[in-house]
Amino acid sequence: MAQAEQALKVKSSGRFWRRLKLLTESPIGVAGAMLVLFWVFVAIFAPWLAPYDPNANNYEALADPLPNDMFLLGTDNQGRDILSRIIWGSRTVLIVAPVATFCAYVVGCILGLLSGYYRGWVDSVISRLADILLSFPAIVLYILIIMRLGPSAINVIVAVIFVASPQIIRIVRGITLEQRELDYVTAAKMRGESAIYIMLVEILPNTRGPLIVDSCLRMGYTTIQIGVLGFLGLGLPPPDPDWGGMVQETYSMMSTWPHMSLYPAIAISSLVVGFSLLADGLREISLRD
Amino acid sequence: MGAFAARRLAALIITMMVVSMLIFAAFEWTPGQVASKMLGPFATPEQVELLTEQMGLNRPAPVRYIEWVGNVLKGDLGYSTYFKTDVNNIIWDRLGNTLLLASIAFAIIVPCSIIFGVAAGMREGSKLDRTISVLSIVTTSVPEFASGVFLATIFVIILEWLPGASTLESGGDWSIASQLVLPVAVMVLFDLGYVVRMVRAAMVDVMMKPYIRTAVLKGLGFRKVVLGHALRNAMVVSLTVILLQINYLVAGVVVVETIFAYPGFGHMILESALSKDTATVEAATLIIVLIVVITQIAGDLGYMWLNPRIRFK
Amino acid sequence: MSSPATLRKTAAVTVAAKPILELRDVKISYITRAGRIDVVPALSFSLAKGEALGLVGESGCGKSTVAYAIMKYLGGAGRITNGQILFNGQDMASMSEDQLRQIRGSKLAMVYQDPMSSLNPTMRIGRQLEEVPMLHMKVGREEARQRAIRFLGEVNLPDPELIMERYPHQLSGGQQQRVVIAMALMAEPDLLVMDEPTTGLDVTVEAAVLDLVAQLRHKHDTAIIFISHNLGTVLRVCDRVGVMYFGELVEEGPIKEVFANPRHPYTRGLLDSIPTMGADKHSRRLSPIAGQVPSALARPVGCGFASRCSFCEPATCTTVPIPTIAIPGEARHQAKCVRLSELPPHRRFQVVPGEATAEIAKSGETVLGIDHLYKIYRPSGTIFDSKPAEVRALTDIELSAERGRTLAIVGESGCGKSSLAKVLTGIEVATQGKVKLIDWEIGHVPVEKRNQAQKKSIQMVFQNPDSTLNPSHTVGFAIRRALQRLRGISASQAKTQAAELLRLVNLPMEFVNRRPRQLSGGQKQRVAIARALAGDPALIIADEPVSALDVSVQAAIINLLIDLQDKRDATLVFISHDLSVVRFLADHVAVMYLGRVVEYGTVEQVYAPPYHPYTEALLSAAPVAEVGKERERIILEGTIPSATKQIPGCPFASRCPRKIGSICDDQPPPEHVTQQGHRIACHIPLGDLAKLNTRAAE
Ligand SMILES: Nc1ncnc2c1ncn2[C@@H]1O[C@H](COP(=O)(O)OP(=O)(O)OP(=O)(O)O)[C@@H](O)[C@H]1O
Ligand code: SF4
Ligand code: SF4
Ligand SMILES: [Mg+2]
Repeated sequence: MAQAEQALKVKSSGRFWRRLKLLTESPIGVAGAMLVLFWVFVAIFAPWLAPYDPNANNYEALADPLPNDMFLLGTDNQGRDILSRIIWGSRTVLIVAPVATFCAYVVGCILGLLSGYYRGWVDSVISRLADILLSFPAIVLYILIIMRLGPSAINVIVAVIFVASPQIIRIVRGITLEQRELDYVTAAKMRGESAIYIMLVEILPNTRGPLIVDSCLRMGYTTIQIGVLGFLGLGLPPPDPDWGGMVQETYSMMSTWPHMSLYPAIAISSLVVGFSLLADGLREISLRD
Repeated sequence: MGAFAARRLAALIITMMVVSMLIFAAFEWTPGQVASKMLGPFATPEQVELLTEQMGLNRPAPVRYIEWVGNVLKGDLGYSTYFKTDVNNIIWDRLGNTLLLASIAFAIIVPCSIIFGVAAGMREGSKLDRTISVLSIVTTSVPEFASGVFLATIFVIILEWLPGASTLESGGDWSIASQLVLPVAVMVLFDLGYVVRMVRAAMVDVMMKPYIRTAVLKGLGFRKVVLGHALRNAMVVSLTVILLQINYLVAGVVVVETIFAYPGFGHMILESALSKDTATVEAATLIIVLIVVITQIAGDLGYMWLNPRIRFK
Repeated sequence: MSSPATLRKTAAVTVAAKPILELRDVKISYITRAGRIDVVPALSFSLAKGEALGLVGESGCGKSTVAYAIMKYLGGAGRITNGQILFNGQDMASMSEDQLRQIRGSKLAMVYQDPMSSLNPTMRIGRQLEEVPMLHMKVGREEARQRAIRFLGEVNLPDPELIMERYPHQLSGGQQQRVVIAMALMAEPDLLVMDEPTTGLDVTVEAAVLDLVAQLRHKHDTAIIFISHNLGTVLRVCDRVGVMYFGELVEEGPIKEVFANPRHPYTRGLLDSIPTMGADKHSRRLSPIAGQVPSALARPVGCGFASRCSFCEPATCTTVPIPTIAIPGEARHQAKCVRLSELPPHRRFQVVPGEATAEIAKSGETVLGIDHLYKIYRPSGTIFDSKPAEVRALTDIELSAERGRTLAIVGESGCGKSSLAKVLTGIEVATQGKVKLIDWEIGHVPVEKRNQAQKKSIQMVFQNPDSTLNPSHTVGFAIRRALQRLRGISASQAKTQAAELLRLVNLPMEFVNRRPRQLSGGQKQRVAIARALAGDPALIIADEPVSALDVSVQAAIINLLIDLQDKRDATLVFISHDLSVVRFLADHVAVMYLGRVVEYGTVEQVYAPPYHPYTEALLSAAPVAEVGKERERIILEGTIPSATKQIPGCPFASRCPRKIGSICDDQPPPEHVTQQGHRIACHIPLGDLAKLNTRAAE
């Protein structure tokens, strides 16, 4: 098995570079990648980039929170520097969203493979459960789960798993159902490979194409969901900055101080647009090769 | 088709049973919690125990589940601790308000998504296609609360054309119609792009099919090829996606309703969830899931009707 | 370039009437990311009214490209970058969209390869047909409908009125193709372009469609361009043939002359690689064409075929452009080869005794014994889906295969060939009956439960080269993994043995690091064969291993299978629908129809009278690429009944041209067995069958 993994690694890195080179041919994909990379850079270097402590209250600024030379994007309703909060907020979202998406993928791939490979009652049980979860509108499911478990980063991740993995199960199951009928799987069975080997080494690598595009889209979608949870007051507990929460805290002051809501709204929109454009670029090149 | 409908009905009943069990298990399994939620944070353990006893909450869970289901089936949805009235008194008005919003949005989304999606997908890679595609990617990528902020900044604060809140109270400065504009706009912006892309993808796929080539090489004009041969096939695929939007429009509007203080169903779920009003949340969830499952069945039936491969087996 | 000039001169001399279609120096290119590919560099030919020209050649040599260029429908990437296509004397490049629309479908019509996907799935057949006259003849719906019904009758579809109301999926493949042909003929076009119209249809259905085309073309006096990779089908329909290689017409002429006396080395190569109906592996070797079509990105100066030509002389062949030369003494026959006059005369079916497989005495030991085998698929319904009907895939199969010999199984699609393979390999288990492999009973043992020795003893080669290898794994990984699993050896040993296996299937060592998408179809099949050989199996099941390959490559794979069988004394179960390949390769043959073996015997027995009526029909339907060997065809009516039905009598009764009465419908036919072991299941006694067969042959 170790050998198989190694073989997989060598190959996927080769494909990775090929894809990267191809991506430069899609202007939309490049634009998306730039936006995403910009925020990744900001998140990594947040301590150096942020001019102030994101949670420090500057009470003098309360009187005039508008942007000025000291506070480039102004201050919020508690006198905190909006620029610093946006910079630190990028960390929150860029950690929670990928981790949550990844966990959803692990769950979704395992259950999707099992369901598509074994079919029969295993498939019935898994697919039914997925269907039932899918018949809850996503936002209602989020509200129910957070209401039951309480708001925290871990629970946001749990909620994302419940919402996203049924869709991933569907995709992986569909591909598995198709692949398991192909001759190379029959050949593997005939040389006595175990079911686990066939699922992980033979079938899983071939789901990669559609999943790369999907994961990128899903990352954007998860970012929206995390923002929405923050906006509804179900996200991370204060005072740590989170873009959705920043809008929620200041939204009631829209008519007087629109900048407090506007800048975090722009931040989250640009990141999600980045993910979506990148996904579209990837989709475009995946059709080509 | 009749046998199919019957089977789907059976599936619907089973799904609803499982969903109700899940909801019940999630919220009412541990009886003490319900009582303490009702009494609030300052209740003593004795008070909680007493109430638990009075409400019969210490009986076995299956018994209480059956009782709850029985009540729901009789039309008794329970008492709302947040709204301080029977759930029935509040939930249907709210649902009505949301359906008003949802149906206006749906009436805009369906024709627009088909027109834009078909226009973009009929010539893949054309200027029109790229413009529509990028625009729809961008609009669906902006979260509703963000587009709410953007639209409010422009139309409420700068231009002062529209109200910032849509409480549906008449008699104020703003008519009901003007109050509906922004919420509908935000929903349409967020959802339309997604549906457009789905219709476009279906259309692109269909336009590459050999039967489209047959139609062109018959000598048909492009218009006839698109409208006569491609459209219906693209709709077969898109129908399900379009109908699924009803779910988003009915339940997913939580955010929009919260932004504009709109007295709708989604906002009600959020408020009651935040205040741990179990009865309301349970009832609302059941209704939502029922709506979703029914739309799914409608989608399947529509798919069968549009797709002769299934209709004439 | 001097060649087009020469060609035009010859054309001008010989074509008396004004041609319907004329191509002059046509250059067709695709614009890709790698740059502009000139797929067709300079093509010239012309077609007179009512004439039928066949275009043949290997996959990828530009046949379809030419067809779609004529229709002016090359997609976004394709361009005609030079030359002219004249249709009825008018240059198509100068036509406006409107003018094009007026001739497409009326003067110029097309029939496509895959009829199912060429018809709109959500539109009734009637509507799709009516469109044509309504558009081009400006008639009303009712008149269009009458015309549609008339043409459906003309393509021999029963109950045209009923067909009009159907949707495409409710028709069989053969019926669908007839509908497409009717659609193309409705406006009485001057030219009909047919791109592989019978590829993918069963042999008996193909034969009927070909006959129909041959008959209709005379009736309507339509000129035809008929594209096929199968030389035999072209021979049935066309007067002239053009052999395409690498985008060029390397030989062109009257079809009988070209086939009987091929001049160009490529044409000779194509004809030599086809097994011919009288030959078997003991009389001769097949001669494949080495190598593959090169990439059109870098087109060489000289002859495009040079890299694969055994007559190539670099000094003359690869330095200057090659002219097209008229063959002296033969009208309108020309070839594109500089050494034409120096080539030795071609002798087609020469016997090369030294090379052929000697008839060695084999032990006669039975490796595989199949005894009263049944396979019934019983799909289980759930509460959410209703229960589908059961499918009777195999009924009472009785067969055996000897060590070192080849048992071939022939029949049309859906006859149960692949189900049999699945039961043997343990992918499915038998419903009833026994399968004995060497000493083990394996019919009811799924592959997961088979022991190491059993797995090792039986391996399989699959039909589709594109799915036989995992696209994510390298060639080396695939072979090493099989070696490790089946021989239980270490990784380093597996590495050396993998190299050994690659050599055995004639692949270079560098291929270990290649991925399937970097290989051609034939190369993928070789890798698959190497993988199957990893466990040194006693029994190899090959399910249509060559049907997805070009004839030139197919020959090499067949040779390889014969060699390996000789070297390793393995038993081969060879499943195929191609009767000439089976005739060439097999020792024993079983003919299957609807899940039953209707005839079984040695090759000599099965390919000589008495035939089972179905075998007889199959043999008469098989396209043969030999002039003078065409036979009187027995056209089968109707379609194969569904395998979900219980059939009390003979399974072939609904289509049998020799049916003798209600006894065929009501009573299962008895199995006549000769002393030599030849078995035929039919109500007609063997003696009478033999008489009927010989009378038909006369
Ligand atoms: N859209 C395209 N873009 C780039 N290259 C193409 C395109 N279509 C075909 N080709 C290339 O043009 C060449 C000729 O292809 P074409 O399909 O005409 O061959 P063919 O003789 O019809 O083959 P087959 O027997 O497989 O149908 C091939 O090398 C093919 O790869
Ligand atoms: S020109 Fe030379 S290389 Fe080309 S076919 Fe003739 S002999 Fe062969
Ligand atoms: S039994 Fe009758 S129907 Fe069957 S093959 Fe013989 S003659 Fe034909
Ligand atoms: Mg082709």
